[in-house]
Amino acid sequence: MDFFQLLSDVEKADPEFLDRINPRRAIFKHLGNTGKKITAAAVPAVLSSFFTKAYGQTGSTLPQTVIDVLNLALSLEYLEYYFYDTALGVSGLINSADRPAIETIRNDEAGHINTLRGVLTTAAIADPGVNAFDYSGGSGTGNGPLASALLPGAANQAAFYGAAQSFSDTGMRAYKGGAPVLNTTATKDILEAALNIHSVEARHNSHFRTVRRGLNASLNGAGAATALAVAPYDVAPKSWISLADNDGPPAPNGTKPARPVYGAGTPATGTTPDTFYPAESNVTQAGVNLTAAPLTYTAAQVSEAFDEPLDPTTVKTIARMFVKPSSGLFV
Amino acid sequence: MATISRPEPQLQEADQPRPLYTPIKRRSFFMYAGATAGATALVLAGCSKSDSSVGTIDVGSGDAGILNYAYALEQLEAAFYAQVKTGAYYTALGPTNAERQIFDDLAAHEAIHRDFLKAALQAASITPLKNLTPDFSTINFADRTSVLTAAQTFEDTGVAAYNGAGRFLTSNANLALAGKIVSVEARHAALIRDLRNYNSFVASDVVNTFTQTSGAAPGTGTASLPTGSGNPGPGQERSKRPQTVLTAVNNYLAEGSKLSASSFS
Repeated sequence: MDFFQLLSDVEKADPEFLDRINPRRAIFKHLGNTGKKITAAAVPAVLSSFFTKAYGQTGSTLPQTVIDVLNLALSLEYLEYYFYDTALGVSGLINSADRPAIETIRNDEAGHINTLRGVLTTAAIADPGVNAFDYSGGSGTGNGPLASALLPGAANQAAFYGAAQSFSDTGMRAYKGGAPVLNTTATKDILEAALNIHSVEARHNSHFRTVRRGLNASLNGAGAATALAVAPYDVAPKSWISLADNDGPPAPNGTKPARPVYGAGTPATGTTPDTFYPAESNVTQAGVNLTAAPLTYTAAQVSEAFDEPLDPTTVKTIARMFVKPSSGLFV
Repeated sequence: MATISRPEPQLQEADQPRPLYTPIKRRSFFMYAGATAGATALVLAGCSKSDSSVGTIDVGSGDAGILNYAYALEQLEAAFYAQVKTGAYYTALGPTNAERQIFDDLAAHEAIHRDFLKAALQAASITPLKNLTPDFSTINFADRTSVLTAAQTFEDTGVAAYNGAGRFLTSNANLALAGKIVSVEARHAALIRDLRNYNSFVASDVVNTFTQTSGAAPGTGTASLPTGSGNPGPGQERSKRPQTVLTAVNNYLAEGSKLSASSFS
C-alpha cells in the first residue's frame, strides 16, 4: 500500500481532509504513538485509526461536554449576530463613521457561526432566527430595560453600544469558562479555534468601549480614540474592565442590567486547581495577591490586567434575559 | 526549566515519545508528500530533527516551557512600555491626553503580567527564565508612529502567541490563566490599532476576516483566507506557534537573550 498516494487520493476526493485531520498534529502524533518505526506492514492499521481521528472529532461523536460548550458558544454567537445585523438596519442608529466597524463585527460573528457549525455538524443547534431574541432584556416581554437599544435615532446609540459591550463581555467570559472542557488530546484543534474566536471577541469589546468613550465626549468615529475614560467607567469605560466597571453600562432607565456580566459566577471562590469564577474585580491569580507587598499595583490595575471566566449556568442566566422562553435557548 | 540549548543530538527514539512531531516542516511536508507519491511511510523514520539555533535560550518543555515562554513575552512588553514612558513621545503628552492614560495602563498591565508569571513559576517550583535584555534600537521612542507601530506589533504578537500556545498546556489551571491574560492583550491590540487607524481593531493581517452573504443564513459567506494551508477558520484570530513567534520576537532581544522553543514547533 502506498501511504502517500492514498493521502493524496483522499485529499483529491475531499479537499478539506488534511485540514480535518490537522496533519501537523494528528498524523505525527498518531504515528509517533503507533510505534517506534512505521513499517509498510503497519500502514493499514495506522490508516484505520487515522480516519477515525479525522472524522471522529466533529459532530455527534464529540463528548457531550464538548458539544454543550460549543452549542452554548454558538447560541451566544447567534445572539450577537442578530443584534448587530438588526442594528445595521435601524434608521439613524449607527453613525456612518461607525458603520464599517459594526459590519465587520457582524461578519466576524458570522464567521464564528460558520466555524462552530463546522465543528458541531449534526450536533449543532438550529439557527434560532432573529425572532428568538428579545433584545430589550425582558425575557420575551419586549419591554426590558434595553428596549431602546434597537430603536431609530442617534439618541439610542448609548443603549446600543452598552448592550453590545455587555454581550461581547459575556461571550468572552463564556469562552474562557469553556476552554478547559476543550483541553483534551482529541480536541486540541477545537480548543485553538475557540481561543482564536475568544480573542476576536476581546478585540470587538475593546472597540465598543472606545466608541462609548467617544459618545461620552460627543465624539464619533476616529475622535473616539482621543476621548478619556472617566471613572467609575460604567459610562465612559476603559477598553479593558476596571474592577467591575461599576456594574457595567447603565440602561436608559438607570438600572444596571449588566451587573451579573461583571460579577462572580458559581462557585465564586476556590483554590487552584479547582475551577472557580470570581468577579472581574478579582486581584488574586493562582493564589498570588498581586496588590500585596512587595508589589505596588493598585486593585484597579491588577483587575484590568486579567479577565475572568464565567460558568455556563451563570452565562445562561444572563443570556435568558435576551431570548423568548419559546426559543428553547440557554436552558 | 530554562537551559541554554545545545546543538540537538540526532533523534533518539527512546527519549522522544513523539519522534515525528517536531522535525518535519509541517506544511511543506505534505506538499512534498504529494509531489513524491511514490514514497513510502518508511521515509518518515528517516526524518531527522532540525537543528535549533545555537546560542539561544530555550524556554523548555511542557507547561513549564509555555509559562516561561509567556514570561519572556511579558518581560519584553513590560520593558517596552517602561521605555515608552521615559521617551519624548510620552513625556510630551499632556496630563489629560488619552494616550497618556492608555500608555500608563498598558505599562502597568504588562508589568503585572510579568511579575505574576515570575511569581507563579516560582510558586510551582519552576526556575523562571533570566531577566532578558531587550534591544529596542529599531524603535524611535520620540516618535508617535514608531511607538504605536511597535506597540501594535507586541500586542498582536502576544495575542497570536497565547492562542497558539494554549494547545500545549496540559493543566487546565494554566490554560485558564493564559485565557485571562490573552483577552487583555487583545483589548490592548485593538485599541492601539484604533489609535493608529480607526476601525482596524480586527483586520485581515491578524484575523481571518469573513464576509457574510447578504440575505443568507448566518455563517454563509466568504473568508479572506483559503481553507487549509494552516489557516485559521473564518472569523478567527491568526494564532502562531511558539517558534514562529520567537523568530519575530528575537529581533527585539539582545544577543544572549534570544529565545527558542524547540519543544513546541
